[in-house]
Amino acid sequence: MIPVRIVRSTAFRLAFLYMALFGTSVLVLLGFIYHSTAGFMERQTEETVNAEIRGLTEQYSQQGLTGLVRAIETRVARDKSGSGLYLLTDWKFTPLAGNLKQWPEFTSTQDGWLDVELPEIDGQRVFARLKYFLLPGNYHLLVGRDVAERNTVEDLIMDALVWGLVITVLMGGLGAVLMTRGMLGRLDVINRASREIMLGDLSRRIPAKGTGDEFDQLTGNLNDMLDRIGALMDGVRHVSDNIAHDLRGPLNRIRARLELALPQAGEGGSGRGILERTIADIDEVLGAFHAILTISQAEAGSRREEFAMLDLARVAGDVAELYEPLAEDKGIRLRVELAPGLSAPGNRHLLSQALANLVDNAIKYTPPGGEVAVALSQGPDGPTISVQDTGPGVPPESRDKVLERFHRLESSRNAPGSGLGLSLVAAVAKLHGVSLTLSDARPGLRVILAFPRAEGGTGRP
Amino acid sequence: MRILIVEDDLEAAAYLAKGLRESGYAVDHVADGKEALYRIAAETYDAMVVDRMLPGVDGLTIVKTMRAAGNKTPVLILSALGDVDDRVKGLRAGGDDYLTKPYAFSELQARLEALLRRGGGEAAETSLRVADLELDLVSRTAARSGRPIELKPKEFLLLEYLMRHAGHVVTRTMLLENVWDYSFDPQTNVIDVHISRLRHKIDRDFDKPLLHTIRGAGYTIRDPR
Repeated sequence: MIPVRIVRSTAFRLAFLYMALFGTSVLVLLGFIYHSTAGFMERQTEETVNAEIRGLTEQYSQQGLTGLVRAIETRVARDKSGSGLYLLTDWKFTPLAGNLKQWPEFTSTQDGWLDVELPEIDGQRVFARLKYFLLPGNYHLLVGRDVAERNTVEDLIMDALVWGLVITVLMGGLGAVLMTRGMLGRLDVINRASREIMLGDLSRRIPAKGTGDEFDQLTGNLNDMLDRIGALMDGVRHVSDNIAHDLRGPLNRIRARLELALPQAGEGGSGRGILERTIADIDEVLGAFHAILTISQAEAGSRREEFAMLDLARVAGDVAELYEPLAEDKGIRLRVELAPGLSAPGNRHLLSQALANLVDNAIKYTPPGGEVAVALSQGPDGPTISVQDTGPGVPPESRDKVLERFHRLESSRNAPGSGLGLSLVAAVAKLHGVSLTLSDARPGLRVILAFPRAEGGTGRP
Repeated sequence: MRILIVEDDLEAAAYLAKGLRESGYAVDHVADGKEALYRIAAETYDAMVVDRMLPGVDGLTIVKTMRAAGNKTPVLILSALGDVDDRVKGLRAGGDDYLTKPYAFSELQARLEALLRRGGGEAAETSLRVADLELDLVSRTAARSGRPIELKPKEFLLLEYLMRHAGHVVTRTMLLENVWDYSFDPQTNVIDVHISRLRHKIDRDFDKPLLHTIRGAGYTIRDPR
């Protein structure tokens, strides 16, 4: 069967529309041929019959009944093909002359014309078109033509019409499928490349076929657009990196100055407390700058070259172990279920930091007595790590927002943190080609990191 | 103890030098790479603090050059870049430790002290001892006053690192880097919780505590005498 995606494509619909238009024009053309041929034959029959009747009435008026009978018999004898039909009867419809044996049965007439089926002659059904004429003296005259030939021609044209239509539809349908498949092939290449580029490999370009056709032009335009986006993004990244970088210098010096002033402030004085709080605030700003730089580096995707094969159970287990005492102190059960033997290429530090942010958040938002679960398992594609808590969760409409930089839920405004934790998770996930899903754990939040299917392997080392 | 600072940011270098002098070190400062190479060749230092980004000869080249010449002076590399791979590159070039700007002075001081001690005893130890606390590095067991202490593997590593630097301040990031091998700072101070657990295990049943928190700096394990 034809795949659904071919049927649903625009190319197929256009081809189908074209086929329907073409089929209709074939139908109109053949209809016109039918009309002109069959109509012409009918008019010809009528004219011949009219001429014959004129001749026969002339004979009757000039030579009387005998002359008419003779004329009819001559014509019957002369007509070798037997397509001419004649019948002359008296006022009681008793046959007097002609090659019809009896008055045919008919119910209606139209302008004196009758379409009748005659008794079989030589075992063949005979359809005839007859004209009725009443002669002076109450003699009835029927003159007509056998229309078998005309019917045959009509049937031929009708057959041609039906077959023509069937062949047009079949060829058109086949053409539509082939054309669509060819076009979808080209579009698939463009779509696949676009998806990979959207997943973060902004350096990739869509391959052109080199034929210079409209698809190549589209490809060229898309690639130019990507160049432009890349240039703009580099610009933005440079600006934000420069800001973070340039401000770190002065902040660093402020911090150093305050630190040197600390011993002079004396132990236990209020001055010392102010200095310490100021240093803590500066550290928070510097931490945010560091996080911004880490995120933009991860987003740029330039760190993919340093990927190594990671034992995911170890990475997740180490993070869970780091946070286990913190959870216990808060009265939260930390459940860890790690399937062994799963690995994926990645950067251990970034992945650990992303997981640490998730577990940190989970513990932060889970009330005492709750549970935080860290699990690693083989998903439908690649390994899957999930971090789940029994906290308040994130409402569905905010799930995309919390991944943005500096976004914080209204309910957590007062909790400590910079609002960069989940954006870092999102950036690290994107760098690793990992799909990040936030869902409702009823109650709580479930974050799932699903690694892509391993290239040339099952994800098991 | 004589320390050479190689740093082109003059103000940052001045604060660093001032802080180190107040802590009792003799400090020299040069602002560019070539000058640094002359100094290293002419004089002997106990440790060096080298900025990575320098005009002329950069920090990594200085370290590579002096190591190629057989100079084993401990080097702490400073960098504003702060990438994981930068850290790896810095250590591969021959640096002994790597610190990202901005840094807390107490952090730099703790790391420098750790480097200065490393220069001394190189002998492979089989056990560590602080007062009556003993750590057997072969059987991976701990005991205080002969009474065995149950330790998890990470707790053992934590205690080992603290005891190797007994009497000196060890910062949270030093512990994260050396015990957990993480080069990032967790949002919450999870290290505090690990330390309080360890303290609970080694100090609870004894009069004299060994493990102390140094406010604004880190932790230290020391003999109460």
